Amino acid sequence: MTDPVQDDPVQAEGLVKTFGRTRALDGLDLRVAPGEVHGFLGPNGAGKSTTIRILLGLMRAGSGSARLLGGDPWRDATALHRRLAYVPGDVTLWPNLSGGEVIDLLGRLRGGLDQARRAELLDRFELDPRKKGRAYSKGNRQKVALVAAFASDAELLVLDEPTSGLDPLMEEVFQECVREERRRGRTVLLSSHILSEVEALCDRVTIIRKGRTVETGTLDGLRHLTRTSIKAELAAPPDGLPLPGAHDVRIEGNTIRFEVETSELDAALKQLTTAGVRSLTSRPPTLEELFLRHYEDDLVQEAS
Amino acid sequence: MTTAALRPTARAARREGGLTGTGRLLKLWLRRDRVMAPCWMYGLTALVAGTVYSFKNEYDTPEALANFARGINGNPSTRAMYGPVLDSGTVGGLSAWRVGAVGAAFTAVMCVLLVVRHTRAEEETGRLELVGAAAVGRRAPLTAALLTAGTAAGVLAAVVAAVMILFGMPVAGSVALGLSWFGAGAVFAGVAAVTAQLAETSRLANGLAFGALGTAYLVRGIADAGSAHWVSWLSPIGWAQRVRPCADEQWAVLLLPLAATAALVAVAYALTERRDLGAGVLAPSLGPASAAPSLRSPLALAWRLQRGALAGWAAAFGIYGFAIGGVADGVGDLVNGSEAVLDDIRKLGGGGDLADAFLATAMSLMALFTAAYAVQTVMRMRAEESAGRLEPLLATAVGRARWAVANLAVTAAGTAVLLLLTGFSAGLVHGARTGDVDGRLVRQLGAALAQLPSVWVIAAVAFLLFAALPRATSAGWGVLAACLFLGQVGPLLDLPQAVLDVSPFTHTPKLPGGDFSATPLIALTAVAVAVTAAGLLALRRRDIA
Repeated sequence: MTDPVQDDPVQAEGLVKTFGRTRALDGLDLRVAPGEVHGFLGPNGAGKSTTIRILLGLMRAGSGSARLLGGDPWRDATALHRRLAYVPGDVTLWPNLSGGEVIDLLGRLRGGLDQARRAELLDRFELDPRKKGRAYSKGNRQKVALVAAFASDAELLVLDEPTSGLDPLMEEVFQECVREERRRGRTVLLSSHILSEVEALCDRVTIIRKGRTVETGTLDGLRHLTRTSIKAELAAPPDGLPLPGAHDVRIEGNTIRFEVETSELDAALKQLTTAGVRSLTSRPPTLEELFLRHYEDDLVQEAS
Repeated sequence: MTTAALRPTARAARREGGLTGTGRLLKLWLRRDRVMAPCWMYGLTALVAGTVYSFKNEYDTPEALANFARGINGNPSTRAMYGPVLDSGTVGGLSAWRVGAVGAAFTAVMCVLLVVRHTRAEEETGRLELVGAAAVGRRAPLTAALLTAGTAAGVLAAVVAAVMILFGMPVAGSVALGLSWFGAGAVFAGVAAVTAQLAETSRLANGLAFGALGTAYLVRGIADAGSAHWVSWLSPIGWAQRVRPCADEQWAVLLLPLAATAALVAVAYALTERRDLGAGVLAPSLGPASAAPSLRSPLALAWRLQRGALAGWAAAFGIYGFAIGGVADGVGDLVNGSEAVLDDIRKLGGGGDLADAFLATAMSLMALFTAAYAVQTVMRMRAEESAGRLEPLLATAVGRARWAVANLAVTAAGTAVLLLLTGFSAGLVHGARTGDVDGRLVRQLGAALAQLPSVWVIAAVAFLLFAALPRATSAGWGVLAACLFLGQVGPLLDLPQAVLDVSPFTHTPKLPGGDFSATPLIALTAVAVAVTAAGLLALRRRDIA
């Protein structure tokens, strides 16, 4: 029997990369399981693109190990690239090649393109493939790379902030496409700082900060570690109600709002019912809150 | 009344006819051009000074001057290049002939670049939108661009006239030369003002204007080479010659460029009113919806990206080949009475028959230009990398070495095409004039091929720089400049052989006419291959960014 971990399409451990005196990656770990959509999150400059460049064999890590689709991303680059499709965050096109030519060229260089799917994607993304590279807007250049990637039959999609410049309608099309890829059993590594996108698409996420992994796991698992927002309208003013584990309590007349540690949620709700609940809204923590919490920790550390 | 409701600034803007802010823009743009414009002036003034100086020194008697002029006027290819000599008895007349048409054309190039740079290029990058949102009238950017070009051309005309006068040339002729250039500059500033409205990209705007300039130069070349001299009146470059500087000046001819400029500028303003910011009058062209079946390899992509530039270089090289082939057998007449010039040609060209020495010198110069083409195409590889277009390519099944070899193959083949084309056109014309097409063609093609290994060495060194020290890729130009210096100036300065040997061009046999030996060519090719291999190794080891 093969160890399932050995089959993970992306495995990076302790990656270190320095540029002169800056340490872009400082022991980064990343694992993407087969068939999952994995969110790769971090603020600008955290090292997302550097990690992806190492995984694509465009850069060599200073230390640490990286495996991609069971191979060495540096040594076996060309063989591995037949099995993946990549969309950079800032697509630049050749000024005198049309979008359609670029899509075909990238597809052929990778080893094939599904023509029916190409036509369907052009239609869904509302992209005119006859325009020359210099005539496309930022969003349309991004669409060219996305069509080229989604029309390929790659096992692994590496998407580095792929939706920058897309309008909300196209963002929706993009999300549908990613879901279809997952249904076909493909693995997606999605680097992003658009948290709603990651929340909508990803099975698991890895959050990095300053070149190091700070959190990794399923969204539900991560949520469990943090707080739920509660807003309740009670029968009587909630003054003096003991609420263990509650934070940011605000009271206006009979209405109370607070945030509570997920582990204390049950106890807090019991307290509310003793005062008589008229209406109740609870909202799980958003990814943004998760993300900002790590960031806030960072700010606090820096201040001390 | 509606005007009464307008605020004072709006009323002032309307009174100025959309020119609000022109002065401020002009100041900004003159500042942005404080390096580029003086470089042009320096170059063109140096051309004038050098020409006057050499005519003064090398043709010290009126007979020598007249002899030289007879040689020129009897040769259609030199007449096509520079026009006929109008006053053959004076240094002023010959100098004005030698620099007149060429200087007018270069002034026009400067004005085109300046106008497009401050109109369409600003619009394309979106900077004009920022400016346009401020208190700037609709016509202000174009007006300021035209004034910038006018200022540059005016200063250039004044400096050129002053230099001529300093060298003791007649005042009227010197001023007429300056004004004839100014006139050509003004006309093509007007042409550029129109093409900047037509085209949506600065590349196309420049291309259209340069196309018009090339046509103008060609028209007057055909007119001067043949017998239908009146045709030259159709060309703004022809007008510059017909001002006749230092040859019985015709001042009234200067009204032609003035009238043409006024008409062109009026058309440009009318077009400005009829289009949106960022758009052009000509719709941008569309490409194919899917790629041709052949576009499926790095080699096909490299060819696709380089073929346009190669065609441009090839056209220029072909024309140059015709020109040198046309003058080669008349070189003896041209330099009649000037042992100094003969000496220089023999030193650079390897002795022997004078026509051969001239052709060999011209071919070695073409080899340097071919090397410039090669360096430029290698620079493109770096541009592909830093623009981020290389990364998605290397994320496909294309390896670095395969990508680099594909680009280098196109470069190597392109250099061969350029040199063979020069050799072919020079040999054909030279052969036709001497009645020995077969023989001259073969000799000239051989001379062209002999230059190839040295060109490849330069390309390989530029590639090694790109591969090993990507940030220093532009040092490739420095390598080429050093070879240019060693090859063209070194022998005249009697530099030691060991120093001259650094340049690969030193080892190229001086053909046609010189002794042929295959050994240096094989050695140079081996060096080019070895340096390229070192570059490929370096490229495989470094980070792509």
